[in-house]
Amino acid sequence: MTALTVLRRALLLLGLPATLFAVWWYATADSTDFYVPPLSAILDAFGKVWTGDRLLSDVVPSLLRLTAGYLLAVVIGVGLGLLVGMRRAVRDVLEPVLELFRAIPPPVLVPVIMLFAGIGDTMKVLVIVSGCVWPILLNTVEGVRAVDEVLSDTCRSYGITGTARLRHLVLRGASPQIVTGMRQALSIGIILMVISEMFAASNGLGFTIVQFQRSFAIPEMWSGVLLLGILGFLLSLLFRFAENRALAWYHGLRRARRTP
Amino acid sequence: MLDVRNLQKIYTGRNREVEALRNLTFHIGAGELVCLVGPSGCGKTTLLKCMAGLLDPTSGQVLLEGKPVDGPPPGMAVVFQEYGRSLFAWMNVRDNVALPLRRKKLGKARERELVDHALEVVGLADAHEAYPWQLSGGMQQRVAIARAVAYEPKVLLMDEPFAAVDAQTRAELEDLIRELWRELGVTVLFVTHDIDEAVYLGQRTVILSKSPTVVQEDLTIDLPDERDQLHTRSSPRFAELRAHVYEQIQRAKYRSGDTDAGVVDRAPEPAKTRS
Amino acid sequence: MTRPATSTTVVGGSAGTGTGPGGAPARRRLPDRAVTPLRGLAGLAGLVAVLEALPHTGLVSADYLPPASETVRALWGLLAEQTFWTALGDTLTGWGLGLVISVVAGVAAGLVIGSVPVLRAVTASTIEFLRPIPSVALIPVAVLLYGADLRSKLLLVVYAAFWQVIVQVLAGIQDVDPVADDTARSYRLGTWGRLRHVMWPTALPYVMTGVRLAATVALILAVTAELVIGAPGLGQEIAVAQTSGAVPRVYALVLVTGLLGVAVNLAARAVERRALHWHQSVRTEVNA
Repeated sequence: MTALTVLRRALLLLGLPATLFAVWWYATADSTDFYVPPLSAILDAFGKVWTGDRLLSDVVPSLLRLTAGYLLAVVIGVGLGLLVGMRRAVRDVLEPVLELFRAIPPPVLVPVIMLFAGIGDTMKVLVIVSGCVWPILLNTVEGVRAVDEVLSDTCRSYGITGTARLRHLVLRGASPQIVTGMRQALSIGIILMVISEMFAASNGLGFTIVQFQRSFAIPEMWSGVLLLGILGFLLSLLFRFAENRALAWYHGLRRARRTP
Repeated sequence: MLDVRNLQKIYTGRNREVEALRNLTFHIGAGELVCLVGPSGCGKTTLLKCMAGLLDPTSGQVLLEGKPVDGPPPGMAVVFQEYGRSLFAWMNVRDNVALPLRRKKLGKARERELVDHALEVVGLADAHEAYPWQLSGGMQQRVAIARAVAYEPKVLLMDEPFAAVDAQTRAELEDLIRELWRELGVTVLFVTHDIDEAVYLGQRTVILSKSPTVVQEDLTIDLPDERDQLHTRSSPRFAELRAHVYEQIQRAKYRSGDTDAGVVDRAPEPAKTRS
Repeated sequence: MTRPATSTTVVGGSAGTGTGPGGAPARRRLPDRAVTPLRGLAGLAGLVAVLEALPHTGLVSADYLPPASETVRALWGLLAEQTFWTALGDTLTGWGLGLVISVVAGVAAGLVIGSVPVLRAVTASTIEFLRPIPSVALIPVAVLLYGADLRSKLLLVVYAAFWQVIVQVLAGIQDVDPVADDTARSYRLGTWGRLRHVMWPTALPYVMTGVRLAATVALILAVTAELVIGAPGLGQEIAVAQTSGAVPRVYALVLVTGLLGVAVNLAARAVERRALHWHQSVRTEVNA
């Protein structure tokens, strides 16, 4: 019985991916198309390219820049968001400006920031910060604004003010929205990590993949695309794991409201 | 203990003003349990918020032990109607009750003692670790009451706390309030729109007019101190008081600060309800 | 029962009482609805002032950040150029076409997968794997297959926007009230009837959210494709302006993309609000 359900779940989980993989494998097995090499060749290249020096010289720097830029954006976005969100007048004054900045497609900031910061690591981190900060900031503002009025009154009547209020009421109450902003920011961050390296760099994932493409190292290029895909997947998995821990109460609350 | 003097509250909106409270004066003595009842939309919540220091009155004042209230005073706890919104969804029951105590810096042991005791008297001794949204509505309101009890207030303000729970739970919670009041010797002001509740619970019932609100009647409830749902509610005196309050409320629907002042004099019309 | 505590909402709440304040003089105040946009305009004006003043203070070199007036002049110059309008048209074409394709494909696939439980179960893991793959990973593939072509742009746009739509459609169908579905079944509505009268109305607000998200993402990827691959459009214009050192022009073009983004947001939100209005009113009724 249980063994059967486990088997069923495994089949549901892995059935389609395995089928797709098999289709890709056999469809390209005898491929002579220069641009679409056999999957076996791509996997072969994957093992050779991404396990040795490149891991340290390209993958790690990319991820470090992403981490630095993303974390900086979280700190700045949440901090400013709290300041802006808690004062109605400040919010009214700044909101259109912030909406304008948020609406600028982040990749166009790459050439602008290159003017200031050249093409080094600083530029790339700044690009990631400047793209990731807006969704976090605006969602934080939104979350702070939506903090429940009754709960706010409750805090006041029990003398919960100042930093205690900020910590226990505002930050926690706004956390679902903050997390939404962080999720949007993560996918923007990955895009910017790759683009800033494609645009101007001497190392990094984006740089290497474009190099492969320009030198027509096709299986290697495909292996890079595969690696980017896996990275995107793993980062979103990591994010979901963290979210489920931090917002367990919120998901529980929503489930409880759904089933009266 | 608690004095309301010539209280007036005018809300200023986009381009008009609404006078919610016209002129309210009453007194609550130390250790009293007073109910406040009035027709729907008569400004009960506005009055309570002014008394809790959550809202500044336009004129007049509220005095707590002779001192004017100009912000939430220490020693006062409020229980709101919307239990679901007044509890921290991200904290378990225990932390919800303990949070207001942290500021008092009582020390870990005393804090634990207060929280344990409060949860026990409201009948939630085994729900410490649960989150509010895992509990029923009645139990959530018990958590809010436990939080107020643990805070050891001198005055407890309750804003229609049982309006959103079912009838059976409501009866249980009413008895819980009477029990707590007698054990703790706390002064309680209980706002309600339910006439039975207003008669059953208190020593006195203050009946309010519709908005702009004035005090319609200050009625002493001369029921015996020992009350229970079955006998008290079926006693002749209860029925009389109930009928009296009912009549007053019906009258209150057509009476307000305006009619008293002789500004508007109109025939009774169907009451307009306000949500 | 509760009185809202803020002055702005309380008037709306008590509008039905009829009894106005007795003899209280009705003071005319600037309505809040007028104050908020005024403050917003002040904020924008402040931004322009700061951008104008900053290069003059010497804190930032005017080579990197030209004064606002120069950016505006460059923008004015752009408006007179045929190439600018062509580039704008190219960007909008890539964006619009990509958006339409991904919305149609996303809604169709979402409805099919969502309404057949087996399909949903089988595809769940694959969708969860493919969705977070960054669209930009496909850039080299697009270049190889299509070069700096509209098709490259479309590949990136559609890959990114499609997931936004389908995920929302699936969430919408999952939100279908089982009672409503059972009611429809008991009245012997067929698959098509249930799809049309039960699933679609429930999913519609989600679809709208998906369209809004997709519209934003599509613009980002359209501009990215132009910037990185060199497909014709605003992004390519920015890259060209930057390499040729026409800094005010870069800023003017960035401003244009920002305004484009604002326009897309506003339009998408307006469309969404019409659908969400119905949705939220239903929701609050259920909660109360």
